[in-house]
Amino acid sequence: METKATTEAGLIARILAGEKELFHELIRPYERMVYLTLLAIVKNEAEAEDAAQEAVISSYRHLGSFRGDAKFSTWLTTIAINEGRKRLRKAKASAEDSIEEEVEGQEGDYTPAPLTDWREVPLEALERKELREALRTAVAELPDLYRHVFILRDLEELNIEETAQAMGISVSVVKVRLHRARIMLQKRLVPYLKTTAPARRGFFGRAL
Amino acid sequence: MKLECKHVWGHISEYIDGTVDAKLREEIERHLEHCEICSAILDSTRNILVLTADDRTFELPVGYSERLHARLAKELESSEKDTGTK
Repeated sequence: METKATTEAGLIARILAGEKELFHELIRPYERMVYLTLLAIVKNEAEAEDAAQEAVISSYRHLGSFRGDAKFSTWLTTIAINEGRKRLRKAKASAEDSIEEEVEGQEGDYTPAPLTDWREVPLEALERKELREALRTAVAELPDLYRHVFILRDLEELNIEETAQAMGISVSVVKVRLHRARIMLQKRLVPYLKTTAPARRGFFGRAL
Repeated sequence: MKLECKHVWGHISEYIDGTVDAKLREEIERHLEHCEICSAILDSTRNILVLTADDRTFELPVGYSERLHARLAKELESSEKDTGTK
């Protein structure tokens, strides 16, 4: 039985042995992930696409240095993050580290918004284009640190350890940022969900 | 022991990820059984994550994959030449 990892390891070995064309196949399952990682960092579609191409090319050139101790997806994500950070550094002279500490130390209000009337099932909600739009906007407007972790964990569905590894931060920091990101989104989207939720029974059986 | 709503909110993310310990999980679940507000907060947060992971929420630019593979093909070709001349 071939697991995804062994298939991947096999692919990588063959590419390194000279079957270069197979790199197309290796990268295909991850091209969406690479793009979204970069979009989360550079926040501009055209630049994200350009950076994604660079990251993929870079991963091809450095494939020989990939060690099987990390998952290929995590390794690739790290390359994408580095490409994104490189572009950010170029774009603005302000060091990311100073921003990082500022945001991390902030004592914000990470209390979720209460609601009692949203029982819409996700499948139905997904049909609503404006809800997807609102979610995209809300994610884009998360503070950078929280957005990066959120995208890796909840959009690309890396696990907590992989997210920590790819970002070069500790598991506990990932958990804190993820929690804040999720609560911020919940808070942001609840009023929206409330107003568009189907009417529920009110007094005397009337719709509210 | 009774949990307060605020305490539950502080663990929502970890609860969703299944990383709270068994005892706390049990306490949270007992709380959720009778607390409609916390249940709705949990549901809405979970649903937002489902929406996030759906391919339709975050779409790729049209033609992204084609352009990526075209660029990659060029790279493979040029690296082919490099090794060929060595």
